[in-house]
Amino acid sequence: MTTVASDSAPKVQKRRFRLGVLGPLIALALLLILGTALNGNFLTFANMANIVARASFIGIIAIGATFVITSGGLDLSVGSMAAFTAGMIIIIINALAPTLGTGIEVIAVGILAGLLIGSASGACNGILVTAGRIEPFIVTLGALGIFRALITFLANGGTLNLNFEVGWAYEPVYTGDILGIPVPIIVFFAIAIVAEVVLRRTTFGRHVAAIGSNEQVARYSAINVDRVRLLTYILQGLMVGVAAALYVPKFGSANSSTAVLWELQAIAAVIIGGTMLKGGFGRIWGTVVGVVILELIGNILNLQSLISPYLNQAFQGAIIILAVLLQRTRTNQR
Amino acid sequence: MKFVKYSAVAVAIAGSLGLAAPALAQTVIGVSVPTADHGWTGGINFFAQQAVERLEATYPELDFVFQSAPDSTKQAADLEDMVTTRGIDALVILPGDPDAMTASIKKVKDAGKWVTVVDRELSQSGIEDLYVAGDNPGLGAVTAEYFKSRLPDGGKIVVLRGMPIPIDAQRVDAFKAGIEGSGIEILDEQFANWNRDDGYKVMQDFLTKHAEIDAVWCQDDDILIGVMKALKEAGRENEMWVVGGAGMNQIIKMVGAGSEQVPVDVTYNPNMIAVAIDVTALHFVAGLQTNGRYIIDSTLVTPENAAEFDYEGTPF
Repeated sequence: MTTVASDSAPKVQKRRFRLGVLGPLIALALLLILGTALNGNFLTFANMANIVARASFIGIIAIGATFVITSGGLDLSVGSMAAFTAGMIIIIINALAPTLGTGIEVIAVGILAGLLIGSASGACNGILVTAGRIEPFIVTLGALGIFRALITFLANGGTLNLNFEVGWAYEPVYTGDILGIPVPIIVFFAIAIVAEVVLRRTTFGRHVAAIGSNEQVARYSAINVDRVRLLTYILQGLMVGVAAALYVPKFGSANSSTAVLWELQAIAAVIIGGTMLKGGFGRIWGTVVGVVILELIGNILNLQSLISPYLNQAFQGAIIILAVLLQRTRTNQR
Repeated sequence: MKFVKYSAVAVAIAGSLGLAAPALAQTVIGVSVPTADHGWTGGINFFAQQAVERLEATYPELDFVFQSAPDSTKQAADLEDMVTTRGIDALVILPGDPDAMTASIKKVKDAGKWVTVVDRELSQSGIEDLYVAGDNPGLGAVTAEYFKSRLPDGGKIVVLRGMPIPIDAQRVDAFKAGIEGSGIEILDEQFANWNRDDGYKVMQDFLTKHAEIDAVWCQDDDILIGVMKALKEAGRENEMWVVGGAGMNQIIKMVGAGSEQVPVDVTYNPNMIAVAIDVTALHFVAGLQTNGRYIIDSTLVTPENAAEFDYEGTPF
């Protein structure tokens, strides 16, 4: 006699409440609610557009940092690299303005130069890390000092100013909008979408995660570890170039205190978003949320008078620690 | 589903909170200054807050938004927030980096707000409605007159400059023009960035390089503190006298007490921020036309008039 198999269908795994994944989103929602409670103008399109546009500088750099960190590396030089690249863009545009005029051609050349210089700087970091076999922390720490000194030297201790007429022509790159959305936001989101696709769907992205997860295993799996690593640093440099190209029209100048400590904000945004600092897993949309959260904290502190805005970095630090704590519990559920 | 319910409730609460505040016909004036990274900016912060409190008490129809920013990125963000979410009608700003802030300030002007710029001129003229500053060339000229009176037969001096920005150049150029033909020789000049540590280092170098110095001009009292420390450590305080600037309280008191080492001071009063805020407020509460340039004199502070510049409670 066959017993009828009990019709206990395999239990459908209940979707567990993954705090690590939803954490950043919950934090974002909470901050939005807090901001609205503090000031009626908070949730307006104008204010939100300001916040995301401001966040786009660090955000674009942080997207590059996501790749580097996912591959198990680190790049501390991005702030100084951004200042140096912005300075070079200004110098190149100012030098070419007499010959090329003050219109779109000289701006295009300037932006292109910025991208190339950023990528080349990233490549320098990458070569020292891969071929030189030096710790990324040390290489990029040295690079941080070198780039900062270079921009100070180029500006002769003062400030590099962009040629005024070119400045007016270049300004729409930051202040202009397409269909009402500011250009920096569009660039930011476009890069984020492409980066997410690259990290999740392409072989390169898989290799990046593999290297960060376990370098030896990746090497034995015939992944060209050095080449992939070098490419992440070049990508980071390229992102720094894009950020610098967006920075120049907003401030029109570069000096030794430009982009100071941007690297810490970028890395903080990456961690808050859920990418693991030790590598192996990266989340681009998490980085985007992280950057917006950091900018929102500053904005909200500006709206109220109970807590001093000087404590901004204290809150940022607290959130980073919280994010890492959530990550630790999350590794069990991965 | 529960999550949706909770978040809906939360949004409803937030929405009601947002509508709670009643609207009054207020004029909102935004004040944006750099954070106190050196003594003078500490004075700016103090006098700005003092002026804000005083004016809020005197004129109930005025509201103020006060922000200080450590760098241009934050200062630009503050300006955006003031216009978008705080709804300011006017802006009084001391731009930490005037070149970097020019575009952001222009945006505020283009949004139809009144703009007052304090102390540091923007890289483009015609943006601000009101410009309030000290008299940088005057500071150099007044100091030069004093040096000529103390060293009528000439002498050897060293000069410690500020940061390599235009107002420093204005001061030094005016000073050099003032001492021309008097026989006073500038042995050496270097940037000391208006802070004590750099002043200390530069003065130490000067003392090593030059055996004979009659006097020191360091144009700023923060630098002067560093210079005096270097002189004390080298044991050469009695060889030379020092003139600073900006009117730091500690130095004003020394001048008032008749110090030989620091015989005079020259004002570059951080209280100018209060002048700027007051004059801007006058435009709104009394409907006065206050567009223009208001240059506050740089006065020589001697033991006779030192008491006038001894402000109570100032951190500078």
